[in-house]
Amino acid sequence: MTSEILTRATTASSEQDEIVLVGRARRRDAIFAGLGLFILFVAMAFLLALIADLFVDGFSRIDMAFLTDFPSRRPERSGILSAWVGTCLVMFVTAMLAIPLGIAAGLYLEEYAPKNWLTDIIEINVTNLAGVPSIIYGLLALGFFVYLAGLGRSVMVAGMVLALLILPIVIVATREAVRSIPQMIREGAYGIGADKWQTMWHYILPAARPGILTGAIVGLSRAIGETAPIITIGALTFIAFLPPAPVQPDFPFVNFDWLHAPFTVMPIQMFNWISRPQAAFHVNAAATGVVLLIMTLGMNAIAIWIRFRLRRRIGL
Amino acid sequence: MVETPAPTFQKPIAGETESGGIGGILVRPEKLRAEVRNLSFWYGDFLALKSVNLPIADREVTALIGPSGCGKSTLLRSFNRMHDLYPGNRYDGEITLLPEGRNVVGPQTDAILIRLRIGMVFQKPNPFPKSIYENVAAGLRVRGINRKSVLDERVEEALRGAALWNEVKDRLHDSAYGLSGGQQQRLCIARTLAPNPEIILFDEPTSALDPIATARIEELIDELQQHYTIVIVTHNMQQAARISSYTAYMHLGEMTEFNATKEFFTNPRHERTQQYITGRFG
Amino acid sequence: MSSSADAFRPSEAFLRRRRLIDLGMRAVLFLSAALSVFVTAAIVYVLVSESWGFFTEVSLWTFLTDTQWTPVFAQPRYGILPLLTATLWAAGIAIAIAIPFGTVLAVYLSEYAPAAVRETVKPMLELFGAIPTVVYGYFALLFLTPLFQTFIPGLTGFNLLVPGIVLGIMILPYIVSISEDAMRAVPASLREGAFALGMTRLQTTFKVIIPGAFSGITAAYLLGMSRAVGETMVLAIAAGQNPNLTADPREGAATITSYIVQMSLGDLPHGSLAYQTIFAAGLALFLLTLFFNIVGFFLRRRFREAY
Repeated sequence: MTSEILTRATTASSEQDEIVLVGRARRRDAIFAGLGLFILFVAMAFLLALIADLFVDGFSRIDMAFLTDFPSRRPERSGILSAWVGTCLVMFVTAMLAIPLGIAAGLYLEEYAPKNWLTDIIEINVTNLAGVPSIIYGLLALGFFVYLAGLGRSVMVAGMVLALLILPIVIVATREAVRSIPQMIREGAYGIGADKWQTMWHYILPAARPGILTGAIVGLSRAIGETAPIITIGALTFIAFLPPAPVQPDFPFVNFDWLHAPFTVMPIQMFNWISRPQAAFHVNAAATGVVLLIMTLGMNAIAIWIRFRLRRRIGL
Repeated sequence: MVETPAPTFQKPIAGETESGGIGGILVRPEKLRAEVRNLSFWYGDFLALKSVNLPIADREVTALIGPSGCGKSTLLRSFNRMHDLYPGNRYDGEITLLPEGRNVVGPQTDAILIRLRIGMVFQKPNPFPKSIYENVAAGLRVRGINRKSVLDERVEEALRGAALWNEVKDRLHDSAYGLSGGQQQRLCIARTLAPNPEIILFDEPTSALDPIATARIEELIDELQQHYTIVIVTHNMQQAARISSYTAYMHLGEMTEFNATKEFFTNPRHERTQQYITGRFG
Repeated sequence: MSSSADAFRPSEAFLRRRRLIDLGMRAVLFLSAALSVFVTAAIVYVLVSESWGFFTEVSLWTFLTDTQWTPVFAQPRYGILPLLTATLWAAGIAIAIAIPFGTVLAVYLSEYAPAAVRETVKPMLELFGAIPTVVYGYFALLFLTPLFQTFIPGLTGFNLLVPGIVLGIMILPYIVSISEDAMRAVPASLREGAFALGMTRLQTTFKVIIPGAFSGITAAYLLGMSRAVGETMVLAIAAGQNPNLTADPREGAATITSYIVQMSLGDLPHGSLAYQTIFAAGLALFLLTLFFNIVGFFLRRRFREAY
């Protein structure tokens, strides 16, 4: 296009030709901008249609009974009690593993790692793991945690596999948050005689907290919706009981049996209901989807809000 | 590499060197707090300090001046090993703390232990994103002092020492970022004072401040020298003339001239120093 | 003041404890980072060891060339081709939508949109990734497929076309985000040079920005492709679970991922050949995505080094 302009411009016999030429280029420019806006509009329309469809199909199904009933063969009597309890327990395990491990790994890579081949290998691995399909993690959990380690098809295994899955998200968020802390904070800390860990623990990690928190929330919201790896480890789709309660009246008051209990989670319950032929189950699926959406979008909204507040507060 | 033979401790003050008169006689040996001997420093391949010598007098202000890029900040940051934070930096020579004779930049010396003894105030105020109180207490907490009574007492003392107490005593637990630039810098001074360092380094502490805030910091430094040994880098010759007892002029990584401040400004021995202080150069 | 100087010199015991904690934490942090290497190794180990038995029964040649995948029939056949073609069909449709849409949108956000629009749109695009994939599957099967059946004759209830389109929308934000980063990293001086020649934004985009960001944009396409290939739930729900070697995307066909889901839902005795097939299929999937990821990784790195 340049050469076209150049040759035509130099051979243009009059100013009139140049005006026509520039006018045409301007029009194309405007058309392209319009195209960009149009695609943006289509994508947003798709998103809205998806959310609207789900709410129209399922919102009216959600009531107290839906949240407190177990699944059943009769769609109108089915609920998601075991599913949301399972989701909460699995998420608890995931958060307990992924957040500390992700922060530690991110901090190491950003602040400690020397420039050498070992660091390169770790970096390549973290990047690669972010791109491994979630179902492969499911196979890892099936072969490694369920059979090799003998942990069974339990809440703990589900929590572990989802933690591995979202680890790269927490790592990347930690690295970005730590990187954005001004160097003069580090110098100030070393200047008063702090050692590396004191600098990290007292000054770097607290200052990076909003960014890390954002990453952790986004990661957990991904984990809530993950289905494939949980199916692969063989989570049951029909669970009409709750895992043992984590607290008990007698000593030692906490009970970790739930870690080893069979379970189901909300996306699996939803998948199960979608696979049924009866339309009434599809309504249940949509209602579960609404609950899932409210949870994940709500978590993302919180994350966006934290990030927004963080941006305003950067007076460091 | 440095060709000059390492001076021995028995003869602590370097005499005349090629780069200029380093007035060993100017600081009596019993008055010495530290001494830089044949210090060279590399940023990677770049030689930033070329076999520098400098005596530091106890409880006096020593000012380092010179055109930008002359190595004055590099020299100052060597005193508490700030260069160790970045890869590829290398020291050669000595900065000896007296009277015990420990070499600050020696390979056997733990940089973190050195920083427990030598405090630093930076060019731009850099308070931590915490409360005023926690900023001042930071140096004590790092030393394992967490008793509230000790902290309370010492925080007040340090804030008084930095002439900030009256302005902040009612809002000790507010964020340090609510303070003005000059107050933030005095807070950083209080943070440095709190653990009672042996030497305090100031790296152009007023370059980011307005004239009124600058004047207050200068007064403060003048008071502090009764108790503390101070080394200050400044881009401002008048400032050096106002607050220091000794002045050193550096040029392209070399120590050109060192003298008592009064003598330095009234009777410079080197042509380059003369050109610099009369404003014809720099 | 200086009289009390020694009071604030930390004790030897404190310094020793502090050094110990510092070293200990250094080790803990290193091990956490090294966990990623261990996880990769574990993935490879599990996939290879669990499918080992499969490949002793079925030759690699049969696996790669047989046109039937019927592992649970009385006369089992183990050709990965039907699963592979379905996978590539769906991913192909996805990428065919996501590349033009994503590139135009990235150009719009990077070169045209005012900063305020960009800062609003980018978090909104992130919401696409926040929606659970099973919800996308529901939307594809129960909303879009019936809708598309009204104007595409011969579109079956389970098909590759609709989930392919949905996948395309799902990976769109990902492609937009990476290619927009690449475009914005092209130095302003190049842009100014083009404008100084009298070029419009569009001409600048095609003559300067896209060539300048080329490897970054290509990386975005490859990483998007990898996502599409590995995506599971949309296909397991809306494309059916019947292995079907077909050239017609209006038909349903099981992909590698939906096959693994289907088998995992049933009872899979540990060590049985059926159990091993999902690891063999998983190994094929892993290698496929690894290829896209590695090429994408190096293209992205090269582009980062360029500026």
